[in-house]
Amino acid sequence: MDFKFDGTVWKYGDNVDTDVIIPARYLNTTDAATLAQHCMEDIDQVFAQQVSPGDIIVGGRNFGCGSSREHAPISIKGAGVSCIIAESFARIFFRNAINIGLPILECPEAALAAQKGDRLSVDLIAGKITNHRTGETYQASPYNGMVLKIIEVGGLVPYTRNVLGINITN
Amino acid sequence: MGKTLAEKIIAAHAEDAAEVSAGDLVTVHTDVVMANDVTAAIAIESFNAMGVGEVYNKDRIMLVPSHFAPNKDIKSAEQTRTLTMFAQDQTLTNRFQVGRAGIEHVVLPERGLVLPGDLVVGGDSHTCTYGAVGAFSTGMGSTDIAFAMATGKTWLKVPETMKFVYSGTPKQWVYGKDLILRTIGEIGVDGALYRSMEFTGPAINALPMSERLTMTNMIIEAGGKCGFMPFDDVTREYVEARATRSYTPYFADDDATYTSVHEFEVSDMEPQVACPYSPDNVHPISEVKPEKADQVFIGSCTNGRYEDLAIVADILQKTGREFHPDVRVMIIPGSQAVYLAALRAGWIELFTMAGAAVSVSTCGPCLGGHMGVLASNEVCVSTSNRNFRGRMGHRDARVFLANPAIATASAIIGRLAHPDEL
Repeated sequence: MDFKFDGTVWKYGDNVDTDVIIPARYLNTTDAATLAQHCMEDIDQVFAQQVSPGDIIVGGRNFGCGSSREHAPISIKGAGVSCIIAESFARIFFRNAINIGLPILECPEAALAAQKGDRLSVDLIAGKITNHRTGETYQASPYNGMVLKIIEVGGLVPYTRNVLGINITN
Repeated sequence: MGKTLAEKIIAAHAEDAAEVSAGDLVTVHTDVVMANDVTAAIAIESFNAMGVGEVYNKDRIMLVPSHFAPNKDIKSAEQTRTLTMFAQDQTLTNRFQVGRAGIEHVVLPERGLVLPGDLVVGGDSHTCTYGAVGAFSTGMGSTDIAFAMATGKTWLKVPETMKFVYSGTPKQWVYGKDLILRTIGEIGVDGALYRSMEFTGPAINALPMSERLTMTNMIIEAGGKCGFMPFDDVTREYVEARATRSYTPYFADDDATYTSVHEFEVSDMEPQVACPYSPDNVHPISEVKPEKADQVFIGSCTNGRYEDLAIVADILQKTGREFHPDVRVMIIPGSQAVYLAALRAGWIELFTMAGAAVSVSTCGPCLGGHMGVLASNEVCVSTSNRNFRGRMGHRDARVFLANPAIATASAIIGRLAHPDEL
């Protein structure tokens, strides 16, 4: 996984829930490309059409609250989003994003300051976020422990293979 | 230093620690791993990608088809078949099938498959329901569930705990559902983020298990990780009648550390209603402007139990009323066992004669899956647990969450209504 990103901001508010990230009517598939076509559909009807690879989603408090559906971060990753920054994340969404290798950072200051269309640079491991419009750099809590190990190998599936000593090439 | 229930149960399951405290990151053994047709579809893909041949314990993996089952279309049929084949291939002991099971969070406690002192992870956010029987249980996503199916382990951050104390005696038409709605309204949808919620007090001790399960079901609606009802005679009686194996009750220490204590006097509490579009947009029913209801849904893992349907039956029998002809009324028992009990009680006929569509057990309407999807601008009074935008259908439909008595009165009168109006 690449640990540094540059992208354009899509800005949302507090309590963005998993039902608006990917509505239940699309949960009869696990295909990332199909899910990506409906990402954020009930909160932002242009997102899925206009998002560009590398773009960054910025949310407020409790981003990803609600369902355990991993389809939510899968749809965001499938849409090409490089990273999510929020004031805080709902617990299950946080784990799901890390587990599938979708980088996320909690940083209230950066999230509050960012506006739609801003350009951000993100250093995931260092937890540094730079906003090119304001020139400000923000420090998110860096990862540690098992979370860092999962991120470094690109998600929980490869992590598990490493832990269990299973070699599969694909 | 005293310990909370979350600290005690996690410590009992921790790999390398005899004692844990809030904030610790630990690897724990799981007693039960659960997933449904939506989340297991991805979990099985991840499990296979991990390259592990067999699940860690074929007695402790529960795959329950409940969300789009009975299958609403070919794609969901394919997903359900994935579960069925996996359960057969892995020779899982507990098989769940449409017509024999129901909604996961109704079925697992009902069959004594989740027990006091257990550590349960489930591929469904409402897995926190099992805290009512004294299990540490929490929702996770599919890849986490795959890891647990493969290894029998997961990693956890030991949560801080908030204590909720309820005193007084609720008036008629006020239930556990109203206590939890009021609580979520007070602390907000992220009020318990990452935390455990311990429910105590005389009003809780007086609650039947069905209402305790309703309350712990909605812990996630406050962002909570897990939560607990006290282990008492109600728990013992419920569990003893069902337990499939031995279990260990845990009790919080008197000097346990709580981040906050919230007290509620429930004697004067009115029935509560969560208005669109958030489970924390909660108001006493007298303060909510009554709206015509296009649909009323009574069911789900929150309020689809026998005791919930008993409330509906009781109101219909005592008033002799029928449901309003302009309202689509969906009544869905939470499990096949509940369906059969309602059938034997004569309620399936009662509900049907009153004008309800009574269906086989499914999560369908609650998540806008099938059997009750809402059109734009429609209004639904629902006993379920979420009213997010687009949750039950069109993004402009509006859902009001309430207890089964409010839902029944609303279905009879044709708008959000209190049973006293009947």
